[in-house]
Amino acid sequence: MSRLFTVRNVVVVALLIFLALVPFFAVLTGNAFLTTLFTRIVILAIAAVSLNLIMGFGGMVSFGHAAYLGIGGYAVGILAYEKVTSAFIQWPVALVACAIFALITGALSLRTRGVYFIMITLAFAQMIYYVGVSLDRYGADDGLTIYTRSQFAGLINLSNRTVFYYFCFACLMGTIYLVWRMVNSRFGMVIQGARSNDRRMRSIGFPTYRYRLVCFVIAGVLCGLSGVLLANQADFISPATMHWTRSGDLIVMAVLGGMGSVIGPVMGAVALLVLEETLPHIIGAVGGFVTGKSMVAAKEYWALILGPMLLLVVLFARGGIDGLLRRFGRD
Amino acid sequence: MTEALLQVEGLTKRFGGVIASDAITIDVKRGELHAIIGPNGAGKTTLIGQLTGEITPNTGSVRFDGSDITALPTYRRSMLGLARSFQITSLFPDFSVIDNVALAAQAHDGHSFRFWADAREQPELREAAMIALKRVGLADRANLLVAKLSHGEHRQLEIAMALATKPRMLLLDEPMAGMGPDESSRMVAMLKQLKQELTILLIEHDMEAVFALADRITVLVYGKVIASGTPDEIRANAEVIQAYLGERDAEAANG
Amino acid sequence: MLLFIEQSLNGLQLGLLLFLLAAGLTLVFGIMDLVNLAHGSLYMLGAYFAATFAALTGSFVGAIFLALFATLLVGMAVELIALRRLYGRDHLDHVLGTFGLILFSNEMVRLIWGPAGMNLPLPPWLNVPLQILPGVYYPSYRLLIIAVALFVAVLLYLVVMRTRIGMLIRAGASNREMIGALGINIKLLYTFVFGIGAALAGLAGMMQAPILTVQIGMGENILILAFVVIIIGGIGSIRGAFVAAILVGLIDTVGRAFLPDVLKLFLSNSAASTAGPALSSMLIYLVMAVILVMRPEGLFPAASK
Repeated sequence: MSRLFTVRNVVVVALLIFLALVPFFAVLTGNAFLTTLFTRIVILAIAAVSLNLIMGFGGMVSFGHAAYLGIGGYAVGILAYEKVTSAFIQWPVALVACAIFALITGALSLRTRGVYFIMITLAFAQMIYYVGVSLDRYGADDGLTIYTRSQFAGLINLSNRTVFYYFCFACLMGTIYLVWRMVNSRFGMVIQGARSNDRRMRSIGFPTYRYRLVCFVIAGVLCGLSGVLLANQADFISPATMHWTRSGDLIVMAVLGGMGSVIGPVMGAVALLVLEETLPHIIGAVGGFVTGKSMVAAKEYWALILGPMLLLVVLFARGGIDGLLRRFGRD
Repeated sequence: MTEALLQVEGLTKRFGGVIASDAITIDVKRGELHAIIGPNGAGKTTLIGQLTGEITPNTGSVRFDGSDITALPTYRRSMLGLARSFQITSLFPDFSVIDNVALAAQAHDGHSFRFWADAREQPELREAAMIALKRVGLADRANLLVAKLSHGEHRQLEIAMALATKPRMLLLDEPMAGMGPDESSRMVAMLKQLKQELTILLIEHDMEAVFALADRITVLVYGKVIASGTPDEIRANAEVIQAYLGERDAEAANG
Repeated sequence: MLLFIEQSLNGLQLGLLLFLLAAGLTLVFGIMDLVNLAHGSLYMLGAYFAATFAALTGSFVGAIFLALFATLLVGMAVELIALRRLYGRDHLDHVLGTFGLILFSNEMVRLIWGPAGMNLPLPPWLNVPLQILPGVYYPSYRLLIIAVALFVAVLLYLVVMRTRIGMLIRAGASNREMIGALGINIKLLYTFVFGIGAALAGLAGMMQAPILTVQIGMGENILILAFVVIIIGGIGSIRGAFVAAILVGLIDTVGRAFLPDVLKLFLSNSAASTAGPALSSMLIYLVMAVILVMRPEGLFPAASK
């Protein structure tokens, strides 16, 4: 608040500028894959930011957030399969479906606390996962290919790689701005107050349950947007999108990046997914250098490093990347 | 207008075989400072829990300003003007002092489904919070993080938050607990000020403070009201002396 | 009717397996206040150990005992190296840390055993149908699972309710200081309890192994069922875990077998065959939701807080 040019702020701005310029780097390096990779990163960053709204600010540790990726994606996929390709129908249907699912499961889950909440959100997401698996008409386990991306009546062409990237980037910026306004608003104060002391909130006159529920629904809808984009990006949707380990990935992004700020999860998404992409190469290269042998096989085992790394982040870097950068700026 | 603001009638709460509140009946008149005292384990905390709605009584009723609030949830009671300060300091540690109080003011300024405007920039909340902070003497600490306050200041902040909810009645749960003599006497002075305007139900261990402040005192022992009256009446009550001497003897024996 | 008996037995068997998993989870949560997502990894490890030892020794029963011991050791090692550092931290830390452990153990298994998966063949004497009622046959191995799991459940109950260790375990759930005051090495107790939980999960995994393939990630989906079980049963309660496990096992199995047919009574054939599988896979979660509405702390809420 006091100084503008802290290390942390510089990194945040640099990150946003980098994200804004990704398609240019792709052209310069002749590597079109860069845009594809970062489209995915930007889309999942939206999901991570939405999760952090309830988890970081609201203290509601949901282990079922990937359900909304699936619901949003299936809404697009199923409608496209049934020959409804207009985004003006697909997207509202997707978001409303997410809102309804969040409202029902949230109303039940928020009656509970702590571990119960974690496990119940997990269980409800698993329920939706199995519904996906049982959708025989729509590919069941194997998923559903989406042959036509959402149509904006010719206004925006999502099939163009660059246009699609900037569309997703705009969605991410919009989400960040929205969440940022929200956490600083009266509503945000109530949500954060309920995180740190729900009992006290009720005693000073807040019916916290309904505020938390509304927050839960908003986060679900925002993640649904991410799901809509993700399905369009992959041209495909399958139950795997909402597997519970995917919910775990989203939590990892938020915590790795830092739950204390709106932008933290974006850093987490970038860090995790870039790591996922590059770590196998790094392991391969380092391993090859050390042993003098080809370490192609070693590339497969990057999770061997990621797993313990998570444990270390939990133990020693609670504030995540954002927290580290802030500490860097002080003293 | 002489009718009681808070009427507790036949309030009974059992936990398993233990009777924590045994047919408690108390009237707190408008404008008075009513103190509740009693040895440890007398059921004071259980009583306050039932007054604020965190514990549901088995039988009996609580009426506030003539209407039955026995079954109302906590937040609705706060809306009616029944404010509570906590015995164990219970604040929002990640917020600044003024944020804490502004949040309390916000609770009584319409609904909070306002998603856009920055709550910290809203003069109506900030000013209301500042007024409450001034009343408890914390105005110069407004922008500190709660964690930086001393124990005594935490208790003052507790009361500022209760005040910011525009209460008609304060329930103070041991506001002097853990305070040094200086802080205690400042708190007594402040409560003297507050009792000019508000009805107060004070639960307190510090006998000196209670007898200095209270208009009437109710004595609770093992969940039962054993006496109720003016400080002079209580001082002269044989049963009360018995209960307290008994406790003091026990304390002396334990060292 | 025959089908119903068979499905009920299947449900009972699934329920008992779930109990073995849930018992470890709920013990570890009740006593150490630790949420362990990696419990499913121990289930998987148990199966891999059993399959490996069976291939090495050629003895099914011997392999089971060796594998039990191995999962016990792995569990204790994991507790010593990693998990004990998570005690006393908030639940989000547990979730993340143990999620990391899942990723790690999946890759570790891939590294050691390869990606292909394994089989644990049954010895011939277990591979015969038994006549349990006149005209009703049921695989002997599945009956064995039921018997073993029931035996373990009774054993566990006796240990927790009747022995000194059990008393410590129950005391630990409600009163950490008391154990410390009694001069018992609480760290050792925790390691031991975690090891037992691991062995129970491993046992469930190795008993499933001959029925399913042994593969990476096999513990992940059943873990969530185990969560549902302890939510319904009440976290920290062994008795609750038992009742809820049987309930979930029966409802899930019987529901999947009969719900589509029941639906056909009300809906058209095609609608029923579409909605049937979806609805029956949702069934236990719906049951969970209903129970939560009525009792947010589960059927047998742990008395201590």
